[in-house]
Amino acid sequence: MDAAQDFDEPFDSSSQASSTQTSTITWINWFTSLPGHDYFCEVLEDFIEDDFNLTGLQSMVPFWKEALEMVLDVEAEDDTAKIPDVTIVENSAELLYGLVHQRFILTKPGLAAMLEKYEQGHFGACPRVFCHATHVLPCGRADMPGVDTVKLYCPNCGDIYSPPSSKYTGIDGAFFGTTFSPLFFQTYSELLSAPFCPQTSTVSTPIPPASASGLDSRDPSPVPSMSARPGGETYTNPDPHGGQKSALGKVYAPRIYGFRVSERARSGPRMRWLRERPAAWEELDSVDHRGRWVGAGGVGVKEEEDVKGEKGRLFDDDDEVKEEDGAEEEEEEEEEGAKMEVAEPVKEERRIPSMPPMKVTKPKGSPGGRGKAGGSR
Amino acid sequence: MEELSSGSESDYAATWVSWFLSTKGNEYFAEVDEDYILDRFNLTGLNGEVVQEYSRALDLITDSLDDEGLDEDVREAIESSARFLYGLIHARYIITMRGLAKMLEKFRKADFGRCPRVYCYQQALLPVGLSDIPYHKAVKLYCPRCEDIYSPKSNRHGSIDGAYFGTTFPHMLFMVYPQMIPSKGQSAGEGGRLGMGMGMGSGSGNLNYGPPADVGSASTATAAMKAEKYEPRMYGFRVHEEARLSRWRLAKRDGQIARLEALERETNPPNL
Ligand SMILES: [Zn+2]
Ligand SMILES: [Zn+2]
Repeated sequence: MDAAQDFDEPFDSSSQASSTQTSTITWINWFTSLPGHDYFCEVLEDFIEDDFNLTGLQSMVPFWKEALEMVLDVEAEDDTAKIPDVTIVENSAELLYGLVHQRFILTKPGLAAMLEKYEQGHFGACPRVFCHATHVLPCGRADMPGVDTVKLYCPNCGDIYSPPSSKYTGIDGAFFGTTFSPLFFQTYSELLSAPFCPQTSTVSTPIPPASASGLDSRDPSPVPSMSARPGGETYTNPDPHGGQKSALGKVYAPRIYGFRVSERARSGPRMRWLRERPAAWEELDSVDHRGRWVGAGGVGVKEEEDVKGEKGRLFDDDDEVKEEDGAEEEEEEEEEGAKMEVAEPVKEERRIPSMPPMKVTKPKGSPGGRGKAGGSR
Repeated sequence: MEELSSGSESDYAATWVSWFLSTKGNEYFAEVDEDYILDRFNLTGLNGEVVQEYSRALDLITDSLDDEGLDEDVREAIESSARFLYGLIHARYIITMRGLAKMLEKFRKADFGRCPRVYCYQQALLPVGLSDIPYHKAVKLYCPRCEDIYSPKSNRHGSIDGAYFGTTFPHMLFMVYPQMIPSKGQSAGEGGRLGMGMGMGSGSGNLNYGPPADVGSASTATAAMKAEKYEPRMYGFRVHEEARLSRWRLAKRDGQIARLEALERETNPPNL
């Protein structure tokens, strides 16, 4: 038996030798290349070796010393017998690395490492259609581990999204932390959308389709949309610490038979405010700290032009909202650049009567209310 | 034509429509009633000028095509036209009462996926077009909680023509079924606010499309009050510019609520 084992030895070592490149791979290289670990950057070993950077972490990580040795590829000293199971140390090493990672990405070299990954689209793109595949950045909603999984922050809509693949559902948000994404976009403010969006001009320059396939905003490697407005006059944010990128400001407007659904309908839009931004920077000042409109007296009632519209109508007439719509329509045209890529039997013929006969589609007065609104006029 | 090869296992499907629906990537489509397709009135405006091989495509859809002796090219052209025609009929059908009811069932099963926005708590989505004209825009997904639109996760769905669903559909659905409008925030029963290890996103089979928002109460004027919003913090402090924008947005929200409440007081005076 012993002989057989000895005999096996050369084979083992030769199989290791055949992959000599892998023998130079560090634990950190290996860890960050695992599936689902592509949001992590490689923390510099110098950073981990500096005890100051590890302050306070010892108490949070079981088998601290062994885990640290594993992360730094230090040969373990003879007392491995004390460890019941090596997977426990592996878990500890992962936790240790994640917590150090949270701190490292707040440093200059850490921010730079994440910037490189960001620009290469390693974190993916915003799933929101009108963010036009703006790159997203990983973030956490908590700084303590075990609370929440990693989320993705979009610097255009300012919202957070769940990662698109289940391979990220085990990644702790604390490994990125709460401070990282705000700090990142304050540091690289040219990647952050301005909080205002002039609705006239600047929008008409067509955005080149993000890729040959054009349509898919989930494309992991879209053209960074920072350069999305070639030739368009750029506006600058008077706040030097604020976002300097031209905002992609289009907001979705629900339509029924081409007419915008009025907010007066029970099922009318209630959430536009979540995506809207003022046309000019100064308008941000028109709200005081208590959230009231400055000077206007009323509570923003003057804001919407359709207040005095006829009552009870479910649809806004398109003319009513022309001005507000201007920017939208332009952007819609701009998207025409990205055409469908489907098998198409009749490419030339596009003139399809788009709507079915009214007879079949007219809804009865909706159950439970607003019936009279539907039918009038 | 990947459909032809990948569809081989469903060759035994009873009808063309059931074959089409079982083809991978066609999960968003509802089954259009044969009666609807057979009623010429519903096909008004669809003809040979719009759809090549219109008659034979229609025959194929209704399983009445005599395909004896058709050569492969013609066959393929008819097949492709049939899919196109089905899409156009589908867009009309799903905004009829029967079509809406079928799509509602699919919505309840979250057949169209769930909203990726964290504060929408896995809200089920609905397909929507950005144009009613074919070949313009791919299908998108509408979230009734945040009222925004998202791109489908998979390319297979991301390349379906949005005109097969149309711009009207999801909004018609909520006009007809206002009780299905979800709450804007987290509804009771939607656990896992901070879902570490709770398998979020794994669509674990529970049908939490969200209990209807304000069942019974006819008003949605203040619905937006429940919406949650991400508020970034740096070293524990709000980010200045973000906070200003957030304040502006909340003031817009409150302005709308005030308008809607005023409107309600006008239309239904309190002590009637
Ligand atoms: Zn976004
Ligand atoms: Zn949503």
